[in-house]
Amino acid sequence: MESQNNLQNHRQAYWRANIRILTILLSIWFIVSFGCGILFVDQLNQIKLGGFKLGFWMAQQGSIYTFVVLIFVYVRLMNKLDQKFSFDEKND
Amino acid sequence: MDVQTWTYIIVGISFALYIGIAIWSKAKSTSEFYVAGGSVSPLANGMATAADWMSAASFISMAGLIAFMGYDGTVYLMGWTGGYVLLALMLAPYLRKFGKFTVPDFIGERYYSRTARIVALLCAIFISFTYVAGQMRGVGVVFSRFLEVDINLGVLIGMTIVFTYAVLGGMKGITYTQVAQYCVLIFAYMTPAFFISLMLTGNPIPQLGFGSELKEGGYLLDKLDKVVTDLGFTAYTAQTKSTTDIFFITLALMVGTAGLPHVIIRFFTVPKVRDARISAGWALLFIAILYTTAPAVATFARYNIINTANEKAYAKMPSWFKKWEETKLIGWLDKNNDGLVQYRPGIPFEKLNGKAVQFKSTGEKVETGSYGQPLIANKATDNSNELYIDRDIMVLANPEIAGLPNWVIALVAAGGLAAALSTAAGLLLVISTSISHDLMKKTINPNITDKQELIYARIAAGCAIIIAGYFGINPPGFVAQVVAFAFGLAASSFFPAIVLGIFYKRMNKEGAIAGMIAGILFTAAYIIYFKFINPEANVQANWWFGISPEGIGGIGMLLNFAVSIVISKLTSPPPPEVQALVENIRVPNRD
Repeated sequence: MESQNNLQNHRQAYWRANIRILTILLSIWFIVSFGCGILFVDQLNQIKLGGFKLGFWMAQQGSIYTFVVLIFVYVRLMNKLDQKFSFDEKND
Repeated sequence: MDVQTWTYIIVGISFALYIGIAIWSKAKSTSEFYVAGGSVSPLANGMATAADWMSAASFISMAGLIAFMGYDGTVYLMGWTGGYVLLALMLAPYLRKFGKFTVPDFIGERYYSRTARIVALLCAIFISFTYVAGQMRGVGVVFSRFLEVDINLGVLIGMTIVFTYAVLGGMKGITYTQVAQYCVLIFAYMTPAFFISLMLTGNPIPQLGFGSELKEGGYLLDKLDKVVTDLGFTAYTAQTKSTTDIFFITLALMVGTAGLPHVIIRFFTVPKVRDARISAGWALLFIAILYTTAPAVATFARYNIINTANEKAYAKMPSWFKKWEETKLIGWLDKNNDGLVQYRPGIPFEKLNGKAVQFKSTGEKVETGSYGQPLIANKATDNSNELYIDRDIMVLANPEIAGLPNWVIALVAAGGLAAALSTAAGLLLVISTSISHDLMKKTINPNITDKQELIYARIAAGCAIIIAGYFGINPPGFVAQVVAFAFGLAASSFFPAIVLGIFYKRMNKEGAIAGMIAGILFTAAYIIYFKFINPEANVQANWWFGISPEGIGGIGMLLNFAVSIVISKLTSPPPPEVQALVENIRVPNRD
């Protein structure tokens, strides 16, 4: 019973850490795409990045690069988390 | 060698490759047929997912759409990539852990309900058929323009190829063919983009090129903004749709992408949870290569077309202009009789019998005007625009407009076919598994053997191809309209049901079914009203909160979430074994 409870707590701690990672990464996802690319595009367009207006560049280029980076960061963080909680599948 | 010979050679080689792969990877069990035995490497799966996802619409139409929409085209760029972040973070790893074959499988087991499974099944089939009809049409267009065969014969050839590798190889055959198709399509997309970027700006990387200075001086985007505003268009980098509408269309496309069954199903094919995570990353990386190039191609195309055609004599138009005119995808009506092509905002002439361009003809012979142009039968509008250009030709015509060698043009044709066929195959697999697995095995007769189920799967795939081919040859006039449907439905049905199924343990079947039905009915009613019942009313003033039918899936999704949570709070919690299932899919390892 004791070990059952431990396992339960262990899993819950893992899940909470997982949710924390998701919240942070999805906030960045939202700010970059909906924030920079849509809601604040006019303000950002005042800034120039070479031949690009910054808002336009964020919408058509920057957001997509950020999406790719976000997923790879997520993979890294989750693999570390799996290891920390010894949930990684190599131990199967 | 001429374009046609090159096209036969390059398309022929690519088709031989696809069939070769199909024979090599014949599926022997249902597990191989449905999910390639769950043994595909994450990198290969990422590449296959990218090919599966990038359809004829992404390859052929998207850059053209953006060329004419400018900044507003952002909805497609962000909408069709941002969904992968949701997919990677919120769906793929958990669905892989769940470890079954289809999306209705997950809905059916998580919500311990046959009704939920059937609702999911119908949505999956509807979404997939909507999509696949468009792909077959894309195949037909490429064949008729580049190989000068009849559009119907083109569709038939495409059907035969897909039939061979989808029915033989199932998911295993499809996956490895898609890896090859990705290589063909990305090479075909990038090659002309490099050349055109180099020619216009001196920088061969298109992503940098469209922010660079033109060879004749001045930044390309600044110059383009000025050229189009001088002609009376909105500036290229400026917004025309309302911010609310752009927000919701992007949201609906993102969430819809994450909820599309043919994309989700791909993450069942890798061996482990960590592979599902990383393969979503690879998929988006491979997709991003094309999606960050597309806005560059769009900018180059808009700039080139204005420079080539506007205020130039019709008699001196290059040969590509006249070739596309023959296919009625370009049309010119000399409103002011000066023999020059004027390209301005607005529709040049009204539709005639639903067709954008119709030529005047006596018997079989097309009547021509004083500059040799085929005369337009459509009624002229009273603006000064004389030129009709179909958006779909921009990518296909781009290498010709830029005067690139013939083999590049042939390569683009092969790339367009690869994009259309890879997506069609993935969709057909969803239809076939829905019928053989979710309907036959799980709903009607659970006692059938693995071997019988495999036969059903192959028969279903065969029938689906025939139906898809029929729609390709006799396209329903509403294909363009129903695409909004596919995304709206995926967004308002699957996405909330799956996300809540993973992240909200208390979620029960009453909540999920009520939520899905509310989301679908609301979204479908809004789209049907504005697209079919009362299309004249489809203007911003009549839209709720200024949201167009394309973006209403975003609201449908929110509604689904709200209804699901409220109803499930009011009814009894799910049984303990389902709660244990949720606990189990939340952690990667088995125990």
